[in-house]
Amino acid sequence: ECFKKKKKQPTATLTVQLTLACVSAPQLFYSFFKSLVGKDVVVELKNDLSICGTLHSVDQYLNIKLTDISVTDPEKYPHMLSVKNCFIRGSVVRYVQLPADEVDTQLLQDAARKEAMQQKQ
Amino acid sequence: MKTGRFEQQPTTNTVEEPLDLIRLSLDERIYVKMRNDRELRGRLHAYDQHLNMILGDVEETVTTVEIDEETYEELYKSTKRNIPMLFVRGDGVVLVAPPLRVG
Repeated sequence: ECFKKKKKQPTATLTVQLTLACVSAPQLFYSFFKSLVGKDVVVELKNDLSICGTLHSVDQYLNIKLTDISVTDPEKYPHMLSVKNCFIRGSVVRYVQLPADEVDTQLLQDAARKEAMQQKQ
Repeated sequence: MKTGRFEQQPTTNTVEEPLDLIRLSLDERIYVKMRNDRELRGRLHAYDQHLNMILGDVEETVTTVEIDEETYEELYKSTKRNIPMLFVRGDGVVLVAPPLRVG
């Protein structure tokens, strides 16, 4: 019943959706990382461990799943020879090194401006 | 109603809050001071309210202090490296500024 009512009022639904979009958690970096799924990245953790792998998935908290991983840097840090895939909690990430040619800087800058505007509302 | 305000939402050019200052630095080179004695210099491509950032052409400087056990001398060392494109998680960021100019 609720659904049927909404269909008859398309303008109201769109307004609600747009309002929700600016109220719910802004998604710039989540969307950005989603666009990089399948690319190779290097995740540097706050404990100084650097992990190279293919970006498999990401979530709203910027938790990261990597596949086919290897430890970069001199392997003085835990050898994870038998580990192929890993889940990394977003909060332990310091940096993510990205392939420069996969990044559209112009698009990013425009999206950042829009997101900044949304946050102010 | 809030929906009315949302419709007339142009990009305001007035600087009202600190995050607006960062907005002015998009596509400019900036200096970022981070926790654990790290500094970054790079071109700002994106940021959000958590100060997560995407920087391009980055130079990271890590500064360490070695103390001589006998003389108690402090020896400051810094290690630099370059990274073409970097995502920086906001919880490590301490300060954001235009690049420091010497003299």
